Amino acid sequence: MRLVVDLTRCQGYAQCAFLAPDVFTMHGEEALLYDPNPDDAQWDRVRRAAAACPVQAILVDQTEIPATAQEGTHVR
Amino acid sequence: MSADGPERAHAFKKGGHIVIVGASLAGLRAAETLREEGFTGSLTMIGDEPDQPYDRPPLSKQVLLGMVPAEHTALPRRREIDADWRLGVPAIGLDLDAHRVRLADGQEIGFDRLLIATGVRARPWPNENERDLDGVFVLRTNGDAARLRRRLAARPRRVLVIGAGFMGSEVASACRELGLEVTVAERGPVPLVGALGGVIGSVVARMHREHGVDLRCRVTVTALEGDPSGRLRRAHLSDGTAIDVDAAVVCLGSIGNTEWLAGSGLAAGPRGVACDAGCRAFDVNGIVTDDVFVAGDVARAPNPLYEYNFLFLEHWGNAVAQAEVAGHNMISCGSARRPHLAIPAFWSTQFGVSIRSVGVPTFADEMMVMQGSLEERRFVAAYGHRGRVTAAVAFDQAKWLDFYRELIMAAAPFPPSFVPVDRPPVMRSMSPEFPDPALPSHGATVTITGHLPNDQRVVFTPARA
Amino acid sequence: MTPDTMLKRITDYGSRADPYPLYAELRKTPVARQEDGTYVVSTYWEIHSLLHDPRISSDRRNLAGPWADPDIEEEDATLPPSMIRLDPPAHDRLRRQAMRPFGPPHSPEYVDSLRPELAGIVGGLIDGFEGKGQVDIVDDFAYPFPVTVICRILGVPREDEPRFRDWVDLLVSTLDLAAWDDPAERQRTAQRARLELGRFLGELVAARSRKPGDDMVSALVTGHGPDGPMSQLELISTAVLLLIAGHETTVNLITNGMLTLLRHPHVLERLRREPELAVGAVEELLRFEPPVHLLPQRVTLADIEIAGVLIPKGAPMTLVLGSGNRDPLRFDDPDRFDPERRDNQHLGFGSGIHTCFGAPLARLEGQIALVELARRLQNPRLVADPPPYRQNPVLRGPRHLLVEIDGIAP
Ligand SMILES: Cc1cc2nc3c(=O)[nH]c(=O)nc-3n(C[C@H](O)[C@H](O)[C@H](O)COP(=O)(O)OP(=O)(O)OC[C@H]3O[C@@H](n4cnc5c(N)ncnc54)[C@H](O)[C@@H]3O)c2cc1C
Ligand code: HEM
Ligand code: SF4
Repeated sequence: MRLVVDLTRCQGYAQCAFLAPDVFTMHGEEALLYDPNPDDAQWDRVRRAAAACPVQAILVDQTEIPATAQEGTHVR
Repeated sequence: MSADGPERAHAFKKGGHIVIVGASLAGLRAAETLREEGFTGSLTMIGDEPDQPYDRPPLSKQVLLGMVPAEHTALPRRREIDADWRLGVPAIGLDLDAHRVRLADGQEIGFDRLLIATGVRARPWPNENERDLDGVFVLRTNGDAARLRRRLAARPRRVLVIGAGFMGSEVASACRELGLEVTVAERGPVPLVGALGGVIGSVVARMHREHGVDLRCRVTVTALEGDPSGRLRRAHLSDGTAIDVDAAVVCLGSIGNTEWLAGSGLAAGPRGVACDAGCRAFDVNGIVTDDVFVAGDVARAPNPLYEYNFLFLEHWGNAVAQAEVAGHNMISCGSARRPHLAIPAFWSTQFGVSIRSVGVPTFADEMMVMQGSLEERRFVAAYGHRGRVTAAVAFDQAKWLDFYRELIMAAAPFPPSFVPVDRPPVMRSMSPEFPDPALPSHGATVTITGHLPNDQRVVFTPARA
Repeated sequence: MTPDTMLKRITDYGSRADPYPLYAELRKTPVARQEDGTYVVSTYWEIHSLLHDPRISSDRRNLAGPWADPDIEEEDATLPPSMIRLDPPAHDRLRRQAMRPFGPPHSPEYVDSLRPELAGIVGGLIDGFEGKGQVDIVDDFAYPFPVTVICRILGVPREDEPRFRDWVDLLVSTLDLAAWDDPAERQRTAQRARLELGRFLGELVAARSRKPGDDMVSALVTGHGPDGPMSQLELISTAVLLLIAGHETTVNLITNGMLTLLRHPHVLERLRREPELAVGAVEELLRFEPPVHLLPQRVTLADIEIAGVLIPKGAPMTLVLGSGNRDPLRFDDPDRFDPERRDNQHLGFGSGIHTCFGAPLARLEGQIALVELARRLQNPRLVADPPPYRQNPVLRGPRHLLVEIDGIAP
C-alpha cells in the first residue's frame, strides 16, 4: 500500500508510531521516519494510525484498498 | 464572450484538454485537484522518469538508512485521475502560439491548457570528467538514491559530502548512522548558513561534530581524482589538503528543469518559471499568459508577505499547495480563481532532530531565540525583517509553530515583546548571520529572486571557483 | 442569561445530561469573562490557538494580580506538581522520562503489545454478564476495565483498588469548582487526597526500587535515558497522575460510547458487522461526547488579545473542549454523530504539548471495548435515557448505564 506523511503538518505527536510501530518510527523525540509503501498486512494498523493523527497528516492511498488486508502476516 | 468567460470555462471543464508536464508530486496533486473539482475533459501526464509519481524526501533519509528500498516511495493517490500517461519521455519544446508540446520521441501533443511542473534537478559536479568518476553521486531521483544506497551498503572507507545545505547534512547524518566515516566540505562558515543563518548553523555544526562528522568549513573541493580504472580515490580541498575517499555526494543545490522551454517566450531560466500568485506563467515581457500554469519546485511566484518578491521554493508542502491552486485556477475563471499565498514551510530530519521552518528565514535582518535553548538543541527562534516577524525555526519544538505562523501572517512586530513559556534567561535580538546575499548559496531552499518576472541574472559560481 | 454566569450554569449538575445547548449559547461570546474573573473560551479556533500559544501556562504559580494564590508554593513543597500542571522545560523533561517505558522513541511496541491483554480483560468482563438480564455498563465493565489496565501497567496490585478508590474520588471531585463553596477548602482537600495517593504509590515505588518487576513504575525507577532519572517525588506525582488520568477518562469514553451507540442503533448494528468502523467511531466520540469537557487550569503569562477580548496577564482561563468540538465554524453539522466523519481534528485529547499522554492506549481500549460490546450483547436496550450522570462537569459521563440484554454471544 502507498502512504505519505505531510511533514510540514506533522507535529511529532507520535500517535502513528504507537499504533503502527512497524511502519512509523520516531527517530529521536519528534522526527518521524516511515515506510511509504508498507506491506498490505499493515493495513489495519495504518488505518488506525491515520485516524489517530491529531493533525491528519497521514494520507493513505484512496484508490487501492487491499482486499487481503490480514493482520499479523507481515514479516520485515 | 471573453476568453475567460463563464461559458467558455464551463465548456472547457467538460471537454477541454489539459497537458501536465512533470509527473511527480506537483503534477499528480494538480491532476487530482482537476478531477476533484469536476474536470471531465482529457488529461495527459508527461514525465521523463519511467516510474509512477514517487516521493523524494525519503530518499535522503529512510532510503539511505536502508529502512526502505529506493523504489518503495510511490506516492499515494487521493483519487483516480483517469489520465493518458506518457512516462519515460521528456518534453523538449513548447510552441505557445500553436498550443503544442513537443516530445523527445518526435510526438507533438496539443493542449488547451498546460501545467508546467518539471521541478528541479541536482546541480552536477562542474567538472565533466570528474563527475563521471565511479563514486561521484548526486541525489534527486530514486535511481540516484538506489545507486548511492548500494555504495553506502558496500561500506566505503570514507564518504565526502560536498556542500552542507539540508541535503548534504541529511546525507552526512545517514552516513554516520550507518557507521561510515564522512567528511563534509562546506564553503560557508557553518552548515545551513544559507538557509538558516550562522547562529543556527553553529548549532548544526555542533550536531555534525558530536556525531563524528569530519566537518570542514570555509573550504571548497577543488578537484576529484580517480584511479586509472576511473574510480574515485581522492579529493583535493582549497586549503591544500587532500583526503582519500571512495564516494563523494555532490550536494550543491539545484537547477530548474526549464531547458525545454528555451525559445518558448516564457520567463524561464535556471531559477524556474515566473508566474503570478494565481500560478499563470509570465512571458519574457512580463505579460501573464492565459493558458499556461506553473506549480512546484520549478515555479517562481510573488508573495505579498515578502514585499511581493518572487520566491523560488524547494519545499514539498509548497509543491502540494501550489499544485492545488494551479489545478483549481486552470478550470476556474475570473473571481473564482484563488491566489497561492501559503506561508512557506519546510522540514528536515537529521541527527535525530526534527528541524522545522515557517516563513522565509532568509528574509530577515534580526533573530531571537524565543523558547528553549540552542545548547540543548530544543528551541524556537523567530526571525524579523524591518521590525516584523517573517519566519520561525524550531528544533524538536514543532508544536509551537502554529502560533508563530499566525504571527507571520499578522506581520506582528519584531522583536516580540511577550514572555513565552520556557524563555531563555536572556532574550535578545541578534543578527542571524546570513552570508552576503551576493554570494551564491546552495544551502537555501527558499531563494528570493527579486521583483521582476523575467529576471534571469542569477549566476551561480560553482564550488571550485 | 448573561455570559458572565455561564460557567456556573454549565457546571450546575442540572446541565450535566445535555450541556450542548448551553455551549451553543456560550459560543456567541467566544471569550467570556466570568464574575470571578475567569475567562471562558468556547470556540474551536480560539481554543486551538491558545493550546499552541506559548504565552499560556499550565502552571498555577503564574496566577497574578487579583488571582495570585500565595498558598501554592507551600502546597507544592509536599508533593511537586505533575507534568500536566507544569510548563516546559520541566514539563517536556518529565514527559520524555515518563514516555521512555511507555512509547516511542524508546518503547514503540509497548502499547501495541498490550492488545491481546486488553482483549482478554474485555472478554472476561463480558463473560461475567452471563445469566444477567440487566447490566450496569459503568460498574460492571467501563470502570473495571481501564482500572485493571492501568494497574497492570503501573504495577499496582489490582486488589488495592479499594485503598485508592476514595482518594481518587475525592481528588476528582475537586476538579468540580461548582461543588465547592470555599476554594481554599477545595484546594486543601485536593492536596490531602494527592498526598494520600502519593503515600500509597510511594510504598509501591519503594518496593519496586528494592525488587523491580516488569511494570512501568519499575522501569521509571531503574532505567533512564539522557535526561537521567526522575526524583523520587517526581516519580510519585507522575504515578498519581497516570493512575487517575489512566482510568477516570476512559470510563467515560466507553460509557458515552455505548450510550451514543444505543441512541444510534443503526451505527451499533453496523459496528457489529464491520468492526473496523470502531476506529472512526472512537474519534467521533472523542469529538461528539468527549470524556474531558473542560480544561480548567490555564493562565496567561502576558496580556493577550483573542477574539477581540483582552485577557490580562495572570488571569485564569477555562477552555471548553466539549464546546469547541461542536463549533459549527469548524465542523460541518457538528451535532450529528457521524462515525465516518472526515477532517475530524477534535479536541478530545487536547492539543499542543499537553496532548494526552495516554491517547494511544485510550484509543485501543475504546475500540476493543466497543467492538466487543457491540458484538456480544444481544439485543441491548437502554433502561433510562438520559442515564444518571456523575457529578463531575470536567470528566463528564454517566454514573450508571443500565442496559437490558437478552444474553451474550460467545
Ligand atoms: C533527496 C531529497 C530530499 C528532500 N527532502 C525534503 C524535505 O525534507 N522537506 C521538504 O520540504 N522538501 C524536501 N525535498 C524537496 C521536495 O521533494 C520537492 O519540493 C518536491 O519533490 C517538488 O515536487 P515537484 O513535483 O515540483 O518537482 P519534482 O519532484 O522535481 O518533479 C518534477 C518532475 O518533472 C520531470 N521532468 C523534468 N523535466 C521534464 C521534461 N522536460 N519533460 C518531462 N518531465 C520532466 C522530472 O523528472 C520530475 O519527475 C527533497 C528533495 C529531494 C530530492
Ligand atoms: C479517553 C480517554 C482519555 C481522554 C479523553 C484524555 C484526555 C486528556 C486531555 C484532554 C488532556 C490534556 C490536559 C491539558 O491540556 O491540560 C490529557 C492529558 C493527559 N493524559 Fe489523558 N485522556 C485519556 C486517557 C488517558 C490515559 C489512558 C492516560 C494514561 C495512560 C492518560 C494520561 C494523561 C497524562 C499523563 C496527561 C498529561 C499530559 C501532559 O501534561 O503532557 N490519559 N488527557
Ligand atoms: S501522528 Fe501525525 S503528527 Fe504525530 S508523528 Fe504521526 S504523522 Fe506526525
